[in-house]
Formats: sequence, structure tokens, C-alpha cells
Amino acid sequence: MIEVNLWSGLRHVTGGATVVEVEGATVGAVLDALVAAHPGLAPFIEAGVSVAVDGEIITGDRFAEVPDGAEVFLMQRLKGG
Amino acid sequence: MAKDDVKQAYKLVGTRVLRPDGLDKVTGRARYGADFAMPGMLYGAVARSPHAHARIVSIDASKALALDGVKAVVTRADLPEGLTGEDWNLQENAMAGEVALYDGHAVAAVAATSALLAKDAARLIEVDYEVLPHVTDVDEAMKPDAPVIRPGAADHTVPDGMPPNVVKYFEFGRGDVEAGFAQADLVRERTYRTEATHQGYIEPQACVGQLGSDGKGEMWVTTQGQWYVRKMCADLLGLGVAQLRVTPSEIGGGFGGKTTVFMEPLSLALSRKAGGRPVKLVMDRAEVLRATGPTASASMDVKIGMKADGTMTAARAEFRMQGGAFPGSPVNEALECAFAPYKLAAVEHIGYDVLANRPKAAAYRAPGAPMGAFAAESLIDEMARELGLDPIELRLLNVVEEGDRSSYGPKFKRIGLREVLEATKVHPNFSVPLGPNQGRGVATGFWFNYNGDTSVSMAIAEDGTAQVAVGTPDIGGGRASIGLMVAETLGVPYEAVRINVVETGALGINEPTHGSRATFATGKAAVLATEQATREMCRRAAADWGIDPDAVEWVEGAAQPAGPNAGKFPPMSIAEIAGNMSNTGGPIAGHWEGVPRGVGASFGTHVADVEVDPETGRVTVLRYLVVQDAGRAIQPDYVEGQYQGGAVQGIGWALNEGYVYGADGRLQNAGFLDYRIPVASDLPMIDTVIVEVPNPGHPFGVRGVGETGITPPLPAIANAVAAATGVRLADLPMNPPRVLAAIRSRMDD
Amino acid sequence: MTTIRVTTEVNGDRVEFLADPRETLLDVLRDKLGLTGSKEGCGTGDCGACSVLLDGRLVSSCLVLGVEAEGRKVETIEGMAPGEELHPLQRKFLEHAALQCGFCTPGFLVASKALLERNPDPTEEEVRYWLAGNLCRCTGYDKIVRAVLDAAAEMRGAG
Ligand code: FES
Ligand code: FES
Repeated sequence: MIEVNLWSGLRHVTGGATVVEVEGATVGAVLDALVAAHPGLAPFIEAGVSVAVDGEIITGDRFAEVPDGAEVFLMQRLKGG
Repeated sequence: MAKDDVKQAYKLVGTRVLRPDGLDKVTGRARYGADFAMPGMLYGAVARSPHAHARIVSIDASKALALDGVKAVVTRADLPEGLTGEDWNLQENAMAGEVALYDGHAVAAVAATSALLAKDAARLIEVDYEVLPHVTDVDEAMKPDAPVIRPGAADHTVPDGMPPNVVKYFEFGRGDVEAGFAQADLVRERTYRTEATHQGYIEPQACVGQLGSDGKGEMWVTTQGQWYVRKMCADLLGLGVAQLRVTPSEIGGGFGGKTTVFMEPLSLALSRKAGGRPVKLVMDRAEVLRATGPTASASMDVKIGMKADGTMTAARAEFRMQGGAFPGSPVNEALECAFAPYKLAAVEHIGYDVLANRPKAAAYRAPGAPMGAFAAESLIDEMARELGLDPIELRLLNVVEEGDRSSYGPKFKRIGLREVLEATKVHPNFSVPLGPNQGRGVATGFWFNYNGDTSVSMAIAEDGTAQVAVGTPDIGGGRASIGLMVAETLGVPYEAVRINVVETGALGINEPTHGSRATFATGKAAVLATEQATREMCRRAAADWGIDPDAVEWVEGAAQPAGPNAGKFPPMSIAEIAGNMSNTGGPIAGHWEGVPRGVGASFGTHVADVEVDPETGRVTVLRYLVVQDAGRAIQPDYVEGQYQGGAVQGIGWALNEGYVYGADGRLQNAGFLDYRIPVASDLPMIDTVIVEVPNPGHPFGVRGVGETGITPPLPAIANAVAAATGVRLADLPMNPPRVLAAIRSRMDD
Repeated sequence: MTTIRVTTEVNGDRVEFLADPRETLLDVLRDKLGLTGSKEGCGTGDCGACSVLLDGRLVSSCLVLGVEAEGRKVETIEGMAPGEELHPLQRKFLEHAALQCGFCTPGFLVASKALLERNPDPTEEEVRYWLAGNLCRCTGYDKIVRAVLDAAAEMRGAG
């Protein structure tokens, strides 16, 4: 089980939840499971997100591993200058 | 990679070698964007809207086309329809469709046989406008009755009932902020404003584009990212991406502003229309300021609670930013960075991305972070003074360290903020006595750093020297740092490695030199590519010796048996293996593609000493100190250079720079005379301390150094001005009239 | 279009070109003579990237017309190190890492050379004021000023 911490602005599409428990061994699986649990998340995730897994911000790699029990945060996709 | 794997002692890494492109750059030979010329080349010019907001009723180019030597005119009608999302935004920004959205917005472009003729022709293009009401200020743009810039532009993030120019909404945080404020001994809430600034690279945008009717094209361009240019131009023109070949020139500064396209697609559209002749487009300075991407302007509310000892109990930020007539201001990044240096149990962030009649913002060095730092660090400084606390001790009391939860959510990996603060405290600048009208300001800043798509290829030449093909243009010594890392890994002299920044046809996709990523990501990829080549060289030696390849290791530029059991063979040097490669299986190369993992965030603390002239309001920077964690300084000169350059850009932003729009919505200061960036006589030497807390995610411990340095100067200068004058300026820039007015209003109290 | 025939001397070589009377000396150097080392950062005299010496005087070549070069001597960055040896300023700029993007560098070198010809022993303040017409957005000027002071010291020692 992975606990995914959402940003609080997503409450209105998750029925108020800001932490969602899903199954998934990769970033992609976790994102898909999030959308399955809360279809309202789909446009947010499609617009591009970064996922922090145990403190490492991962952008653009759906196959990155998510160890069981990892701390996962969903973040808006980062940009750099 | 475990922390202990980050080696501590190197032959080359950390030395102050000369940059390999240096000779070309001190002799005038280096070719920048405007230095290319092609046989048969035409020159382009762009006609731009003089209005902040106007419907384009008609465009008549007949007088321009009647000029002898004018070969093509393009308008939006020459670009494909049906684009969506950011592609549409980029296309609309490159050339207005139905409505000109800001002063300087392109409406038509022309190609002719000389640059002067093209400019004459552009002036002859007649555009009939119906002027519309406009808005350029972010707070004005959020009012319910503000002119609506693009109805229906809000995306899925925006809750119902928001003003129509709000196109994105952000909300994140944790804990009970109200309870946190209730626990505090001191709670303060303030509003801060920053004006838009420009990256101010000295080299204007420039390109030569060539596109045939077969859909194949080439471009030579000054850019931070040739693959980004290729993809954007191809999408905007409806081309197959791989049919366009983009070669980057040397780049005369970018700072984020050259990670996107403006007039580049127009050179291709003009070329296609002019029978495939190459078309050169070079912006002038006024075009750069009016119609490339400055940063956002911001209006920011911050509220912080502190115990009497300085412990922060809760923080709240509500930021509004306009990034021009398109979505994409860095409000989210500003929020994420604002409180990042501090341990907080309760924190709330709210952000609004707002449209206004200004050019489409582009990234500018740590996008958003300087504004967020200005707001948060100004208020922290004010509260520290009120509580009588030392600014460094207050920061050490709340400092984030490895394992602490960041203000934006995830826990930090290994970071070096504590080390930075400790190094600041003991620096001699921090104890220089100050005189009358002088003040010292301290501020801290943060940037994530970044990795991104990276593809690097290296190959061994016949004599054992090495070539490395990288996709990240060298803006500030990148070739030197990558060359040092490759030479160190290969065990050869630095001079034996040539780093080539290559065109799009030569590698897989690479993101630009942005996000402080070149030394981290390209460097890591280059090291991994080099290790692939050394493995192959070990394999060849093993085959020659008739032993198992695993029994061979690479040591100081040679293959050698890994241990006494592997057999007794003299080391086989890289020159020997390379000289023989055509007889032992052919070319030896290595490459690495991917998104390098293990980004290390970085923090910096700046100390500014200023003197304020009470008669004129002029602020003079007396001393300036940058202390920042580099992880590892591969070539310290260029690390210091990044620190100094970032600090001075921030000093300009704090004191002088800012877009000035008239009541008519036109930019009033579209030139270097009135948009005044710091000059040599404005500044002291910029003192630097490189703190090295190695990043365990990089083979040499690199974090990335380009961006963090611009995050603390805005508040560091503001805090110093407050210390010198006793009045706090909450609006940037702190130019002499504003400072004088603030001093006078204090005297009136 | 009427063009004017101009004869001038650039970096010691006699050159001839046809100039549109509206073309600047910078345009002519870059587009007609292939000397692209002088850069255009502003075109309005505010950045110094186009600095050249005209009869030994430091000018912004974007503010000089091409036809004004008639009968005069122009020195550009390309003439600063005519042989294999770099000018001490060029060498010191490299050694001090006084360039990042390098776009401002030709202008700074030409302007610094003009300074040291007038004042071989400038103070830091004199260097900063002399170079105030040259914009650099990358370096914060620190390493540039150090390079000029160091080159001056070396040239005094040599001379
Ligand atoms: S281009 Fe001549 S001063 Fe800027
Ligand atoms: S080194 Fe880039 S402008 Fe000076």
C-alpha cells in the first residue's frame, strides 16, 4: 500500500481527501491507481505532475520504482530557468 | 549510490582550468546567433502591434510587397490551424491571430534582400486595429470588472466563481495554520509587490531558418535548447519534428529566456514562402524587451507566526502573478520556494496565475523563487528585528536538514543549509562595523535543481583522446566542467578531451541548459557514457590477455588486471587500446540516455551591506557576500561566476530594474538606457564562499549552481535598506524616488 | 538605392566597401567585412558590445555610420592579437574566467585596451567607471575588473 499525499487544491475532486491509499510499484501504476480511485484527478495528472518518492522528485519517468511503504507526494510539474 | 561512494580526492575535478572555448571567445572568433550567414540568405523583419490590446481588423501588405527585393510576407494565415494547449499559446505568441494581446505582439513578418529593406517593408505593412480596453497590472487584472483577455482560458484547476483572468489556481499545504498562529507570540502579515524584470541577456534573439516545400528544414539559432526549438518550431509549422535540424550557435546569455521560441518559427515560415531561401531574423533590443519573455510581476501576501525565541509556528502565503497574456507565470514555484528553508508544522500556500496585456513570460533563473523569497524573507527579517533576534541564529533555529519535511511536502534528502549558515556567521564581512545610513541585510534562498531528458555520446579517437557530444549549450563554462569530469573518469589530461555541443541530428532529445542541470545531468550522463567506453576498453584488453573481462579494471587511463589472481600483465594504456581499435573490433564509444536520477537541492545565504543617501534615496551596495552549497565545485571559477552573476541580477531586480507600462499599456522603457541593468560602477566585488556538501546522487557530488544565487538578493537588499533607514520597502524596485519617499514618510510620522 | 564607396583601414589592412548611408560601422564590419567579433547588444550606444577604436578613440560602432570610416583607422577585437600571442588582457580574461557567455567580451577587451593605453595604472574605481558603458549580464563584473587590474599590473611590469 502506498500513501499518496495530494496538494490540498485537489480536495474538490477527491471528496475532501488529501491522502489517498493506492497499490502500485511504479510511478505510473500509482498515478493510474489514483485516477481509478478519483477520476476527477485525470486532468490534473495529464497536465503534468512531478512525483516525489521518499523525497526524490521524479519528473517524466512512469517506470520509476515506488517501494512499498514509500512516502509519495504529488506535485505540480517543475520548470527551470 | 551510497554517500560514501562520492569520492573526496581528485586529480582534475576542482581545479581552475581554462575553458576550452575561451580562445575563440577572447578573439572574436566564436560564432553567436547573429554571426551566421548563408548563401542566398534573405533578411527578415517583424511588424508589431503598437497597442496593448486590439482586434486586428485587416492586414494589407501590398505596399511592402511592391518594394523591389521584398520576397515574402507572412501573417497568422500562413501558420497551420487547430493547435491546442501550449502549442497554441506559443503559436499565438509568435504571431497574433485575431487579437493583438500586448504592445509589441507580432502581427506580420517580411523577408527581403537586405536588413534595411526588410525594416522598410515591415513599416509599410498596414494593419487596421480596433483598440480594446487593456490591463497590465496583476491586481487590476484580478478585479471582477477588468478587461477579459481571453474568455474561457481558465483550466481545470480554477474553481467556479473566480475572476475571468485567473487561469490557474494553486493550493497546497499541511497542518492547522490557524492553530499555529494562535500558538505564536508574534504574528505579522504584509503585502509585497515585485515588478516584471527581463533576463537581460546581452545577445538578442537571432536565427537563420531555412525550410523547403518538401518539409525539410534547418535552423541556426542562439538557444539554451536546440531540441526544444526543433519541437516547438515543428509543431507551430506542422512539420515532422525529425525533418528539422537545429544547430545551436554559441549563446550570449539566456537565463531561461532562451528556452522557448519567439520569432524563430517566423524565419521558417518566411523561408518556405520565399522558395526555401534561408531567412535571417535578428531582434533589436526594443523587440527583446517588448516581445520576448520577461518574468512575471507579483503581488504577494505573507503571514508568519513566531514564538518569542524565533521558532516559527505557522506560515501562510497567497501570491498573485501575471505572466502576460498566456498561462504560465511561475506562481507555484514561488510558493514552493518561499518557506523552503524552514521547518514548519503548519503551512498554507495559495496561488493565482493571472492574464494581463503583457508579453508571455518565460523562465528567468529559478523561476518564481526570487519573488517568493522577497516576500517571505522580508517578513522574517522584520519579525526578527521586532523580537531582537540575530538573523542567522533565527534561521539556524528553524533550519531544515536531511529528513525534515519541506514546506512544499516531501522530506529533504541531504542538503547543506546548516553548513551555509554556519559559514556565513564566521565570514569576516559579517562583522565589519557599519557607519551612519548603512545597513546589513541577510536572506536565504532555495532552488530545487533539475535533471530532465539527457542524451550524451562519447567516443575514443585513434590516439586515445576523447570527444564528447553533449546537447546542452555552454552558457557559462559547461564545456570546462564536463571536460574535467570526463577526463577524471577516463584518467587522461583535461586537454585530451574535446566537448562538442551538437545539433539535433546527432543525439536523442535533450532538454535545454536550464534548471541548473548541465553540470548535474549532462555531467552525470557524460560520466556514465565514459564508463561504458572504459568497460569496452577493459574488455579489449582482457581479450588480448586472454582473461575474463571482469578481471580487468580501469585505473588512471589504462586497463590493468584487477588483482593478483587475474594474471600478470603490464597496464594497457588508452593510447595503445585506441591505436589498435580497428584491429580489435572497431570503434570504441559510450553513450547514455535517460533522465539522470539523484538531483540535489541547494540553498544559499546572502549578506548585503548598503548605504542609503538620505538626500537622494540612492542605495549603494558596499559589500556583498554569497554563501551557497554547490555540492561539489567542478571548476570553482565558474561556480563563483554563477554566484556573482546571480547575485548581481538580483541586485538589479531589487534596486533598479522593472517594466514600466504607461496608461496606454505601452512599455515605456524598452531599451538599456531606461531598463537599467547594473553596470560595473554600481557594484563592489561580490565575495563568495563555496560550501560543498556533496550530493550523493551525482558521481562527483554536484548539485547545480546556476539558479539559487538569484533567490536571496531581493530580500537581502531590502533587509539592508530597512536596517539602514528604519523603513521597509515592500515594493520593488527600490529606486531612488521610492526610497526617498519612504524616508520622507518616516520623517513625517 | 544609392551606396557610397568607402576606403578605410581596418586592423592595419586597407579595405573598401560600398555602404548604404544608413548603415552603421557595426553593420559594415559584421555584414560587409565579415568581422563578426564586434557584437550588437542594443544598437543605441548603451551596451558597449560593439566597442571599436576609431583613430585610437573608443567608440560604439553602432553609433558611427559606415561612411564616417572614410580615410580613418578602425581597430576591432579581431586585430587585438595579430599573431600567435594573445594580448595580456585577452590572456588575463581567460585566466580569471572573466567571461561566461562571452558575448560582451570583445567589447570589454577593446574598451579595457583603450583604458590601459591612457592609464596604465588604474584604480579599481577607475576601471569600474571606465567600463560602466559596457554591460555584462553574466559575471557581475567581479572577475572582469580583476582581470583588467591584473593585466595592467603585468603590462606595467613588462614595460
Ligand atoms: S550595440 Fe553598440 S552600444 Fe550596444
Ligand atoms: S559574459 Fe555574458 S554578457 Fe558578459
